[in-house]
Amino acid sequence: MYSKGFKPLSIATVVAVATSLALIFFYAPLDADQGFVQKIFYVHVPMAIVALGGWVAGGLMAIRHLRSGDRSWDVRSYVAIHLSIILGVGVLVTGSIWARASWGHWWVWDEPVLVSFLIVFLLYCVYYPLRFSIEDPERQARYSSVFAIAAGAFVPLNFIAVRLAQSYTHPRVLSQTGGDLPGEMRLTFLVSLAAMALLFATLWKLELTSKNAAAQLKRLRTKLNARVAA
Amino acid sequence: MPALPLDEAGKYVAGAYVVFVALVVVYVAIIGAKITRIERELEELNELVEEEGRSPTVREGPEVRHSDQIAGLSVRPPDAAPRR
Amino acid sequence: MIRTARTILAKDLRLELRTKESVPAMTLFTLTVYVLFHFGLDRSSLDGSLASGVLWVTLLLAAVVGVARLFATEREEGGIDGLLLAPVDRTALFVAKGAALFLFLCAVELVALPAFALLLLGPGLLEPLPELLPVLLLANLGLAAVGALVAALAAETRAPELIVPLLLLPLLVPVLIAAAQATEPLLREDPSADNLGRWLGLLTLYDVVFVLLSVAVFDYLLED
Repeated sequence: MYSKGFKPLSIATVVAVATSLALIFFYAPLDADQGFVQKIFYVHVPMAIVALGGWVAGGLMAIRHLRSGDRSWDVRSYVAIHLSIILGVGVLVTGSIWARASWGHWWVWDEPVLVSFLIVFLLYCVYYPLRFSIEDPERQARYSSVFAIAAGAFVPLNFIAVRLAQSYTHPRVLSQTGGDLPGEMRLTFLVSLAAMALLFATLWKLELTSKNAAAQLKRLRTKLNARVAA
Repeated sequence: MPALPLDEAGKYVAGAYVVFVALVVVYVAIIGAKITRIERELEELNELVEEEGRSPTVREGPEVRHSDQIAGLSVRPPDAAPRR
Repeated sequence: MIRTARTILAKDLRLELRTKESVPAMTLFTLTVYVLFHFGLDRSSLDGSLASGVLWVTLLLAAVVGVARLFATEREEGGIDGLLLAPVDRTALFVAKGAALFLFLCAVELVALPAFALLLLGPGLLEPLPELLPVLLLANLGLAAVGALVAALAAETRAPELIVPLLLLPLLVPVLIAAAQATEPLLREDPSADNLGRWLGLLTLYDVVFVLLSVAVFDYLLED
């Protein structure tokens, strides 16, 4: 049963999202440099962190799948990766909006998190054509898991590489994701991060439940047909 | 103190949050579409069973994928047509 | 396992020597891309970051060509089923294919580097060569390990020629970053080995992670 614990989870999500929005717009002070534009940070960065976490989690679930042979772990992995890709689109779009509002360009190469995120996103986009071009369902699940593991290991490596390159050629322009946040901003950021993570978990459970319902329905249908034909 | 300037900066911030909300809503709508499809098929199955209860006949059912039955769960491409 | 790997590797190398498919094609491809860059950039002499970038992007693209062909003979002749029926350790297969790709890349570079020095490079290549060699070897190792993994992943899909570049190139970005950054000061008019240790370190980390990962995971591919 995938929907176990769904109600408390979704309630927690609603509370967290509402709280974070209130904090963002009524509590967090205005940033000295960027002014009101900095508020984008509270939706863009948590989305990025949760998406990256979702991809890595997908890789861990894929390891579970390969080791146990239990295909439900592959489905969990698929949904986590799939959700993170959707969030990834959001990250890139909000990141672009932020860049435009801050520096007048729709894209900047100076922010290592954004750049490394683009590379990882491009990689994960290949997950769909890879997965759906393999016909046999068992093989499809296995190969997808291998990809999920390799790509999951790639995420930190890539971030390190891009960060090293940027620190060498460009000074860190946006050091907002570090520890140098004033107290109120940090609290707001953490709550927003928690809210995004809870939202991810809720949507993940939601999609898994829907998928499972569809699969159970199919089983029911075949059983009924067998009974009818007999 | 609430910060609600509707100047240049406000538009960008609003845009970013709109993108986020839109993504979530579109996603939920897609799941909703899947659920309505499940509901429809459940209704069909219920009718099927009722009809069989009234007048048992040998009918041809839709195709079955054996491997799906075993796995219980499989992933199909999003645009696959519902099985008939 | 080593013996099996060596047997498969010997088979692949003999095949390549006989058919001369991959290495000449990769080399020719590299030379052609140099010409493209000459016209595309409208430059006859490159140095520093531009030279480093052209060199490494070209090598990466040549690697893509090589990877796409890595399991080609098995796919076409149906040899993969033969390999799978025999009680062959998948790890041996990975080591063999990875080693083959590594050797192919080294062979290509034996020609591509002098050609680059001849066609496009402004400053000399001989002086920075000793520092350049570890960069090349470590990069080749990473290319080979990830290339073999991607080749196997893409082998069972419907359109491997499409999947291979799409999968391989993003995965190789850290290699590109490290190699290009390491090479850039070496190819200046006044060569120096700035930060070479840092980039070699990154390459080593990448190699270790992906060799170990591929070895661990290869068993689950090509199973039946």
